[in-house]
Amino acid sequence: MDILHQYGPALLRGFGYTVLCWALGTVFAMALGLLIALLRHYGPRWLGWIIQVYIEVIRGTPFLVQLFVLYYGGPLIGLRLDALPAGLLGLTIYGSPYFAEIFRAGFRAVPLGQLEAARAIGMAEPAIVRRILLPLSMVSALPALINFSIILTKETVILSIITVPELMYEVSRMSAETFRFVEANLVLALFFWGLVEAISRLGRRFESRVTKHLIERT
Amino acid sequence: MFSIPAFLESLVPLFWAARYTLLISVGGIALGLVIGTLICAARLSRSRFLRNFGALWVSFLRGVPLLVQLLVFYYSLPLIGLDVPAMVAAIVTVGICASAYISEIWRGAINALPPGQAEAAVAIGMTPRDVWGRVILPQAVTMSLPALINELILLVKASSLVSVVGILEITRASQAQAATTFRPLEVYLAAACIYLLINLCLAALGRWLEYRTAV
Repeated sequence: MDILHQYGPALLRGFGYTVLCWALGTVFAMALGLLIALLRHYGPRWLGWIIQVYIEVIRGTPFLVQLFVLYYGGPLIGLRLDALPAGLLGLTIYGSPYFAEIFRAGFRAVPLGQLEAARAIGMAEPAIVRRILLPLSMVSALPALINFSIILTKETVILSIITVPELMYEVSRMSAETFRFVEANLVLALFFWGLVEAISRLGRRFESRVTKHLIERT
Repeated sequence: MFSIPAFLESLVPLFWAARYTLLISVGGIALGLVIGTLICAARLSRSRFLRNFGALWVSFLRGVPLLVQLLVFYYSLPLIGLDVPAMVAAIVTVGICASAYISEIWRGAINALPPGQAEAAVAIGMTPRDVWGRVILPQAVTMSLPALINELILLVKASSLVSVVGILEITRASQAQAATTFRPLEVYLAAACIYLLINLCLAALGRWLEYRTAV
């Protein structure tokens, strides 16, 4: 009880940072991933190759190493970031290729006739993207998008290694001061289990609601 | 500025450290295959207790970040009297974590087989053992090979987290290197290159297997 009284505020703040990192990281990564997927869809061929290399490199290296390059290596080329912005940028970069691939698969699942019909009635390309391509690709892409967003919740704990003060960081600090490593980490494990289960449930409900309506419209 | 000699110099010791990365990933996937097969068998069994146990196992290990799992196992193994070297603890943790994903890969492959296959085998009088050993498993294993290679790639990347419990694999070795040479950018980029090289090789292997086993 004493421990909770002493460390409660810090843990709560850590949880806040975890949620913040996850939410912002997911939104930014999804936005960057969408941009990459669109550039690949509409851009010239050489841009497609560059994007392919980017995707392979980011997917082929561990998140931790990417964070180290960014946070400890960045200052050498003038990229001087605090832990939190570096962590957010790291999450954004790490997540973007996965999201880009999900969007690309979604785009490919849109029936070609839909796009041809939109062009035939004279819709401008940006309007086609906004009103035909994106909504229709969501039918197949949404489960994968939700799934990867859930995976990103688990990746946020890695930010603790570059001293972002999120929940894992606070728990490590607490266990180092109280020598209760097992209990602290076990509680953290149960907490994340509950969190991930809850988000998955919510995600499935959201998914079935959104796609049902979209499937009816196609 | 970026110094190419420093980059090349750090490649050699990191390559040497890569054997631990490989040992952890390959050991992890081997252990994961064993436990994952058992868990998959539990999830497909008739006993409700075993099915629930399997579901709980998969849900827990997929819901908890690997870093947290590592610390839990690492700190609680000595508590139950198992004083194992850090390396063994790391392989066991990675293997247990992988088992959840591998059991799902098996289950997906077995469920994806057309039910007619097993029914036909039963109809021509095969024993249940033959149905599994000669019809279901060979097809399921071939089908899941690409997914297993994918899992191995994920494990190579996950093994970087093992650096926090002090095993001198690529990431830990690069931390030590960066601390001595004060060239974090070059050293960590070198580490990234080695990981990329390993994973590109694995991905090529996966594509080759997929091509070989394509029906």
